[in-house]
Amino acid sequence: MSGEVPTKKIRVLIAKPGLDGHDRGAKVIASALRDRGFEVIYTGLHQTPEMIVEAAVQEDVDAIGLSILSGAHMALFPKVKRLLDEAGLSHVLLTGGGIIPAEDARALEAQGFAKLFGPGTPTSEVCEYIERAVRERSSAEPA
Amino acid sequence: MVERAEGDLLERFARGERTACARLITLAEARDPRFASLYDRLAARTGHAHRVGLTGPPGAGKSSVVDQLLRYWREADLGKIGVVAVDPSSPFSGGALLGDRVRMSSRLGDPQVFIRSMASRDAHGGLAHASVEACDVLDAWGAERVLLETVGVGQVEYEVSRVCDTTVVVLHPGSGDSVQAMKAGLLELAHVFAINKDDQPGGERLAADLEEMLELRSDLVRERALLGWKPPVLRVSAREGRGIDALANAIDAHRRELERQGAFAEVRRERKAAHVRALVESALHARFFGSGRGRGELGEELERGLDAGEGPYALAARLVARIAGEEPQR
Ligand SMILES: Nc1nc2c(ncn2[C@@H]2O[C@H](COP(=O)(O)OP(=O)(O)O)[C@@H](O)[C@H]2O)c(=O)[nH]1
Ligand SMILES: [Mg+2]
Repeated sequence: MSGEVPTKKIRVLIAKPGLDGHDRGAKVIASALRDRGFEVIYTGLHQTPEMIVEAAVQEDVDAIGLSILSGAHMALFPKVKRLLDEAGLSHVLLTGGGIIPAEDARALEAQGFAKLFGPGTPTSEVCEYIERAVRERSSAEPA
Repeated sequence: MVERAEGDLLERFARGERTACARLITLAEARDPRFASLYDRLAARTGHAHRVGLTGPPGAGKSSVVDQLLRYWREADLGKIGVVAVDPSSPFSGGALLGDRVRMSSRLGDPQVFIRSMASRDAHGGLAHASVEACDVLDAWGAERVLLETVGVGQVEYEVSRVCDTTVVVLHPGSGDSVQAMKAGLLELAHVFAINKDDQPGGERLAADLEEMLELRSDLVRERALLGWKPPVLRVSAREGRGIDALANAIDAHRRELERQGAFAEVRRERKAAHVRALVESALHARFFGSGRGRGELGEELERGLDAGEGPYALAARLVARIAGEEPQR
């Protein structure tokens, strides 16, 4: 492999925290990201913040997208952020989407979340945002 | 991607930090130039883990079986386990949807387990170009067992049997009969057969069918490194957790038999040699032919030879002589 061209793909973890009953939205985003050339790790339903962060550690992802409809975001999202920081993964872009009222979104963004997306956001917008934000972060990191 | 000093990375790895383990695998996947020297420093700590490949058609239950094996071996407290699970990359976008973790949830949060998903990218044969390196990183991390799940595109996946000590072929009643398994080349490469989904009808018949075929074609069940090993055909249900103990024990028995016959060390030695040969090959290619037409130290010479109408064999022989520093033979 020494002779080959270095290649770094963007790796994104798509996770569904909490007790939501279906994951269609998460799967749509996951496949849209795949179709834009991302490597997407999909973990399925009913993930606890601990499980999400552990998967992010093992998979060395550049970004995490949380999808939630149940309304439990203010309980679950900050915990993911805290565990992520504790695991030494503060550099990971943490974003998400679902049914999140604007003032909650503002509060979460103030806690270090990247942009959060409401229902019905075109997948292309989410993909473009993640791509741009990850590239910005990796160029801002010290070499 | 946060880049820390390489020495720091190895130090953190030696302390067992999982983020360091994960980053080493990322560097291997990215073909990062720094990985070469890091890998060489790890190589001395590899060779201990039993490397087990799992292959078979998509949907047969490979990931589910891996999950049950994790559970079985961890409940028996038999040391660390690493998993490398490969899923296909899209040939159109180059992206991938890696979903094996969905099935591998029973030991989540167990610090003795490390699971890594991998996209096949441009590799063929059911693996990814860095899957062997990832297995070695997990070996150096201290894994007793490293499980490697292939893409399972239904085609021959010999590659896995070349890089693993023990190959498990996972089939299920819906995946066809023994003739199909034989066509796919699975009969020759399996050390152990797992007939999964035995909670559904048809498992018994498929198992009997396979047993018979193995008996009739015992000449075909070529054992490269191991004399007298007869691949057991085991019926399991990953869903119900049934038959997993027998499967785990058969895998462990194959390792013991390899060790008893002195083949465990031999397989490793040959594997290292094959790895170096492959590295030499790709380095030679990069140096002499670069990455395109007319590139590298010999690219122009090649083009000139073609322009002059030199025959491909004669031209190749001449270029090899040049590489070897011999007088050009005309
Ligand atoms: N009935 C039954 N279904 C199973 C069993 N094991 C796996 N499955 C199902 O088969 C499908 C494919 O399983 P998966 O482990 O992802 O297969 P892989 O593609 O070979 O890795 C999933 O829907 C599983 O729930 C089993 O023992 N019995
Ligand atoms: Mg699988």
